[in-house]
Amino acid sequence: MTQPGTIEAERSRDIRKRWLLSLPALLIVLLAATGPLLIVLLYSFLTPGPYGDVLWKPSPDGWIGVFLERDIFTETLSLADAHVSIFVRSVLLSLATTLVTLLFGFPTAYFIATRPERTRELWLLLITIPFWTNLLIRTFAVLQIIRNEGLINTLLMKFGLIERPIQMLFTDGAILTGMVYVYLPLMVLPVYANLEKLDFRLVEAAYDLYATPFRVLTKIIIPLAKPGLIAGSILVFIPALGAYVTPSILGGGKNLMLGNLIELQFGQGRNWPLGSALSITLMLIVTVALLVYVRNVGSQEKRHG
Amino acid sequence: MARRFSVQRQTGFATIAIICFFALYLPIVVLVFYAFNSADSLSSFQGLSLRWFARAFENRQVIDASIRSLQIAGVAATAATIAATMAAIATTRTEPYRGLTLKYAFINQPLMVPEIVTAVALLIFFARIKIWTGYNGLGYLIAAHTAFCVPFAYLPIRARLENMDSTLEKAAADLYATPWNAFRYVTLPLLWPGILAGFMLAFVISLDDVVITEFVKSAGQDTLPTYMLGQIRRTITPEMNAISALFLLLSICVVIVFFVVNRKRV
Repeated sequence: MTQPGTIEAERSRDIRKRWLLSLPALLIVLLAATGPLLIVLLYSFLTPGPYGDVLWKPSPDGWIGVFLERDIFTETLSLADAHVSIFVRSVLLSLATTLVTLLFGFPTAYFIATRPERTRELWLLLITIPFWTNLLIRTFAVLQIIRNEGLINTLLMKFGLIERPIQMLFTDGAILTGMVYVYLPLMVLPVYANLEKLDFRLVEAAYDLYATPFRVLTKIIIPLAKPGLIAGSILVFIPALGAYVTPSILGGGKNLMLGNLIELQFGQGRNWPLGSALSITLMLIVTVALLVYVRNVGSQEKRHG
Repeated sequence: MARRFSVQRQTGFATIAIICFFALYLPIVVLVFYAFNSADSLSSFQGLSLRWFARAFENRQVIDASIRSLQIAGVAATAATIAATMAAIATTRTEPYRGLTLKYAFINQPLMVPEIVTAVALLIFFARIKIWTGYNGLGYLIAAHTAFCVPFAYLPIRARLENMDSTLEKAAADLYATPWNAFRYVTLPLLWPGILAGFMLAFVISLDDVVITEFVKSAGQDTLPTYMLGQIRRTITPEMNAISALFLLLSICVVIVFFVVNRKRV
């Protein structure tokens, strides 16, 4: 049966078994997630078909269309203002979302981490529940608060502060509010995981050396919490940049983000190559963000390790 | 009276935290409250009633979409959990071997790519297959859901395995247990909470999905979230609040069970 004594043979058999075991997971991800991404790349270099889909004829137009538009009559290329403004809006809104969730999420995570052990679990559960409840429903809940007939406008009118409802829905502010609302738990959880391990003896030492609470915060707590803060920022920034549901419900038809622009190309636009090129562009931005993350956290760990 | 000094105290943090919790729950509470509205629209609240819940239960489309959602989530989460359990066993408690990092990257890949990009990719890919095979069933949705559920099922199972002692299985082997019996009677019972947690995560993730389902579904294959998305874009009645309230209840139950299962340490 087994060759006794040959540790190498044993080991290679073990590795072969491990490959076999992981095969189903790898296959399903390859087939229904990773593989199709390569097809998107291929499609971005083809010609749009008349009713959607593509014609098997190579064309650079998909990629040209990401930032440029061709004049119908003179065939000259100019900057596609609509696309550029959607790109800028998406990046700015995602950065703003990250910043606001950071400003609110860090103190919240700190608050949870400094609760006594018995109540901490409860606070944690309170942040976890929104995290696992449907994003669509949470967006819908925000919609009902900021509608013209929603809670805020009704209350303001009741107290006579305003005469007619303030238009909050279908603005960039509405998208920002919605994204902060739905992505806040994504910031709090990793920051909490980091703060939970914080050694408060370091904080105590700083106080012993006459540091003010503010200096303790900026010189001790925040530097130590940095990996968590970066992880949270990445976890918020990536889905925010590709957000589709929140901007399409709260932003209406005019305030598009990248996700909506991509969807348009596969719907009414019937320009699959352009949609594919836009998707790849979105993925490239995300990859850059991830690389920044890996580099930062990597060097962080080395310093502390 | 002066507050006792605490090294952990940071001025204003507790206030911000309370504001956050309040802001997180206020919209949900309002949403659920209006589900019990007896008025015809959401513009005013005219008293408590269950009429919109009754309306939701009479709505054939809602019932069909809910059943479809549960079917897809059930099958996809089961398949993803089985695949993820096998993969977790294959990638933990071992010395690094060639391809191990590649496996991690592959399994977690659906987490790295924006959902909209995966959705578009699957739309293109499945459109081809639909033409080639003529098959139009739920299989596409189930395959898509299984794929993005794999990393969610994988993470808690792997975490559990890494904290598990492999000496117990070695002891079983010393006592002449076959590899299968060692797995069946030692590994599996110890791993069970992780598997259950992974399954529940996958189930909730599948149940909640909007974007990928919206792109992959064929006509008449609405799940509850895509049905709701379509309705929210038109006119909104308290019926949507009633459906949302029930959906929320289901999610909260799953989360609490998940929390309890995960809390029990070895």
